[in-house]
Amino acid sequence: MEAQVDRKEVLAIVAKHDTRSGGLIAMLEDVQEAYGYLPEEALRIVAQAANRSLVDVYGVATFYKAFSLQPRGKHHVCACLGTACHVRGAPMVVEELERQLEIEDGETTADGEFTLETVSCLGACALGPIVVVDGVYHSKVNGAAVKGILESVKTASEPDEEAAPMETEDVTSAAV
Amino acid sequence: MIHLTINGLAVSVEEGATVLEAARFYGMPIPTLCHMDGLSPYGACRLCVVEIGEGPRAKMVTSCTYPAEEGLTVRTASDRVIRARKMILELLLASCPQSRTIQDLAAAHDVRQQRFRQEHDDCILCGLCVRMCEEQMMAKAIGFRHRGEKRDIGTPFDKHSEECRLCGGCMYVCPACQLRCTYTDTENAVCGGCANLAPPCVDKDPFDDMMCSMAPCVACEIKTD
Repeated sequence: MEAQVDRKEVLAIVAKHDTRSGGLIAMLEDVQEAYGYLPEEALRIVAQAANRSLVDVYGVATFYKAFSLQPRGKHHVCACLGTACHVRGAPMVVEELERQLEIEDGETTADGEFTLETVSCLGACALGPIVVVDGVYHSKVNGAAVKGILESVKTASEPDEEAAPMETEDVTSAAV
Repeated sequence: MIHLTINGLAVSVEEGATVLEAARFYGMPIPTLCHMDGLSPYGACRLCVVEIGEGPRAKMVTSCTYPAEEGLTVRTASDRVIRARKMILELLLASCPQSRTIQDLAAAHDVRQQRFRQEHDDCILCGLCVRMCEEQMMAKAIGFRHRGEKRDIGTPFDKHSEECRLCGGCMYVCPACQLRCTYTDTENAVCGGCANLAPPCVDKDPFDDMMCSMAPCVACEIKTD
């Protein structure tokens, strides 16, 4: 599922940001927004256009967990394994997610629907364990709620339903 | 001129000098691994730690990155410094037990035991090669990648970099891999000296995991041992 990189589009993204300093992360964020991940070709264009060495761009792209160099699935499932979530049973939630999706942490399902990732803190520790699916925060998740969350994503993404992502009753959304 | 005290000796150095430069100029040895003249100081190996300040306010700093200040008191070999240095060496030795440079340094600093599990990382992330590539070779072909325990040094996407001219500068400065012999992988070998010269004294199979710096030939050294 390698994305086709449009040179003009990447150049437009680079042009929007300050190329001298600090703008690199914002550029990469926008590139990831456009392609779902950071394609190699796009990184090369960014490096060239922003007048940075490819090593620097690659270093930043691999440093932050938010960036992915691999194509990701349609839905992004992100489970928090930070300390607060961990003590409230996040490892069990991740295990359940892995079992339901039949993939390991960091992998994408064969049908390209889901990508499972873990992060080390989302900054909303009081709501833990947290699972973020496509930007929607599900709080106080337990093993039993996992199935519901995944189901809600599947139904929400069906073409005839344009409504906002469904949520099960014991699951609330919270903004960061 | 800046006036400071190093090991009780009142000295003066030019403005902009680091504590390391000052100490070395006045003949006080401070061991280093990641420092090299002509490359920017980096403070990664922590071997050059010294103690500055007095009494309870004394603290440890890396002398290669610490600028000499007016009235500074520096101790380059206090008990605390020696203890820290030995611990650092022991840890470095655990990550790169095969490095000749680190072995020699450890021996010179009386490190007699190895309490940590050997990792055989072949890299201490000192960044010498990265700085060499960028600052002296003007190439910037290699750099730091990933983070945390996955942090390593290499080219983007693990592909041969267009900026790399195979100058070998990175291997020349490396304290851990020191022109790691690539004979068994001749396709990607930078030097290939041993393969080309085909020293008749060597049975090539044990070359697999050896350090080769060609002068003097390691194989010959081992032979004569």
